[in-house]
Amino acid sequence: MDKTHATYEPRIVAFLCRWCSYAGADLAGVSRLTYPANIVPIRVNCSGRVDADMVLSALEKGADGVLIGGCHPGDCHYVTGNYKTRRRIVLIKQALSEVGIDPRRVHLEWISASEGIKFQSTMTSYTELIRELGPSPVRATKAPVHG
Amino acid sequence: MSSPRIGVFVCHCGLNIERTVDTQSVSETLRQYSGVAFVSDYDYMCSDPGQQLVSDAIREHRLTGVVIAACSPAMHEPTFRRAADDAGLNSYLVEMANIREHCSWVHLDRAEATAKAVKIIKTMVEKVRGNHPLDPVRIDHVDKCLVIGAGITGIQAALDVADAGFQVLLVEKEPSIGGHMAQLSETFPTLDCSQCILTPKMVEASRHPNIELLTYSEVLDVAGYVGNYTVKIRKNPTYVDPDKCNLCGDCEKVCPQSVPSEFERGLVDRKAIYIPFQQAVPSTYTLDEHSCLGLQPLRCSECAKVCAPGAINFDMQPEILQEEVAAIIVTTGYDMYPILNLGEYGGGDVPDVIDGLQFERMLSASGPTGGQVRRPSDGRVPKRVVFVQCAGSRDPENHNAYCSKICCMYTAKHALLYRHAVPESEAIIFYIDIRAGGKGYEEFVQNATEHEQIQYLRGKVAKIYREGDKVMLWGVDTLSGKKVEIEADLVVLALSMDPHPSTLALTKTLKISCGGEGFLKEAHPKLRPVETLTAGIYVAGAGQGPKDIPESVAQGSAAAAKTIALLTQDKLSHSPETVSIDEEICGGCGVCVGMCPYTALSLTAAGVAECNEVLCEGCGTCVSACPTGAAQLKNLTDFQLREMIEVALADG
Repeated sequence: MDKTHATYEPRIVAFLCRWCSYAGADLAGVSRLTYPANIVPIRVNCSGRVDADMVLSALEKGADGVLIGGCHPGDCHYVTGNYKTRRRIVLIKQALSEVGIDPRRVHLEWISASEGIKFQSTMTSYTELIRELGPSPVRATKAPVHG
Repeated sequence: MSSPRIGVFVCHCGLNIERTVDTQSVSETLRQYSGVAFVSDYDYMCSDPGQQLVSDAIREHRLTGVVIAACSPAMHEPTFRRAADDAGLNSYLVEMANIREHCSWVHLDRAEATAKAVKIIKTMVEKVRGNHPLDPVRIDHVDKCLVIGAGITGIQAALDVADAGFQVLLVEKEPSIGGHMAQLSETFPTLDCSQCILTPKMVEASRHPNIELLTYSEVLDVAGYVGNYTVKIRKNPTYVDPDKCNLCGDCEKVCPQSVPSEFERGLVDRKAIYIPFQQAVPSTYTLDEHSCLGLQPLRCSECAKVCAPGAINFDMQPEILQEEVAAIIVTTGYDMYPILNLGEYGGGDVPDVIDGLQFERMLSASGPTGGQVRRPSDGRVPKRVVFVQCAGSRDPENHNAYCSKICCMYTAKHALLYRHAVPESEAIIFYIDIRAGGKGYEEFVQNATEHEQIQYLRGKVAKIYREGDKVMLWGVDTLSGKKVEIEADLVVLALSMDPHPSTLALTKTLKISCGGEGFLKEAHPKLRPVETLTAGIYVAGAGQGPKDIPESVAQGSAAAAKTIALLTQDKLSHSPETVSIDEEICGGCGVCVGMCPYTALSLTAAGVAECNEVLCEGCGTCVSACPTGAAQLKNLTDFQLREMIEVALADG
């Protein structure tokens, strides 16, 4: 592990759907289930709102990992949004591997409003995974985009 | 845009936030942040003085946006949006930064939690910076509601809504309303006759001027949105004109086709043309085309030959009705866990192993045995009946993991009624625990154990099989630790309650959810128990989870109250955070049109997309699919999201 690795704290952004995963995160909070503080959540109405632009923009802005939380298949509040996400994430991961970025830096997880424990375990294991993967190669080469 | 003046209000939530998040340091950091004109922190921002602080600051500092850094938006977003509205700031310029559930409660390190809180707040400052004032979409609604399922829950809900002066369409797929309650003998803990208390409600529902009853009918399709659902219903042909049928029963006598009676739980047969039970509502015969020898071509027609009033019409066709309703109450109820799944208990194999509902029919004075307890195998009166609780419940390895809630009570009732019906009889109950929570419930069970000589054996039955004309049970008495082997004349399984098999398909039609066990899912298990996440669709009764009659009735009334609250509004409000289309850049490809699950998008004659904000639920699926960026969610645009992502990942 090189020097940057030793002092490295993963930066992760999590896009959470309002109805399931965001509520699952609320439940984890109410239940006082602790997990690493590396993940900053951003609420979207549906995981189906998460597109390549958002994921790539996060990686470009220095995310070491991007997590997407949606409702379980069949449970989408908007009927089928999560199915669209599932297909889209496969393509995004494929595109990432083609440009040499580990596809595990983008991760989709189904977390329901009643799965506080799953939210905690996902946050914990995903932070650990991103810690092992080290800083994103995009971060190292990143030129400042905004002032 | 003129320079923003955003106010940030950091709540301590007593120590809930303050313990792990340094709110002073957070406030200092935010004071330096671009666009932030005012920062304040307070013990309880949701308290009256806290809200006053927000309103005063909005006025004094002419704030253009507000971020409340406190709890989840699920908790107090409405509180602060209202406070802002009172102070003259559009409520859609107020956002919650969730630094409690998502931060202070889940992190232990104060420095880390404080740094994360700052990031969360900054993301919301960026969101507010891009927000625009919006007004709720106002929509007209029809004045009618649909109730699906006419068991006691649905009947109660329908009566309450109808009594409030609104039209109700009560749809039931069986030939009669009444549901399972019509099958019960007496009800615990008062032992009043089930039919005697149910039938007045059935009659009232059928006579109520505001209730239209559609029995033998199914909901095929539901489209639209709260206030304006369009429902397609198929009314199946009964082949009997209810206005002409005089219930003489001559048709039934000559009908050559017999099938097990659903109402009598297969204890006896019914004919292909039948009335489910004498007090059925509507009071008419039904020809079950699946059991009939044949209608096309007509193979028998004996019933029509003897029908004096000429009520039978073999040419009756299914009718498809289309109705507009404002709200839908789903009361699909339960079914028994299939007895065939309990092979270890001789389910479906040993004739003298029956389920609780079959026993109800035996105990019922209107039942096939006239209220006498008799063995299905030989008709003898059983002298020793063993009742097995939790048959299929509380068994995560093999059957349902959940507790069916009503079995402890009805088993005590069964044993008691059996002891009263058969002198010198013996009633033994196998139980795991006794759950008798409810008014008068514990007392009822205590009475059964102390005064009725009912023997309770704590333990699980391992195996039930037939030996000669007896039924053998093997089990363990977990109190003494001894194995027990009991010879019984009749075994009654307190089968687990399943959601009715029709539930799943109906949830797909209605676009509402089921939980893991298949029961209808409520919007919040404690605070919104009869709502679903779809506005205007409510759930009640045993379809939502195992429950007894009083609870089902209470939920039916609760769902009715919610419906009445909706129907009494002049116009309904709909979130304005919908999709807008920038016609300048829309290429008219139409991809969004196909993506929208609500048919809110269409292409105009000018060849650009158009969003019907009444139909749009704001999921944003079309935004993700739009290749040009013309489709944007109001107050959560691509631009806003990018800014939020930027600060979420920025240093310090």
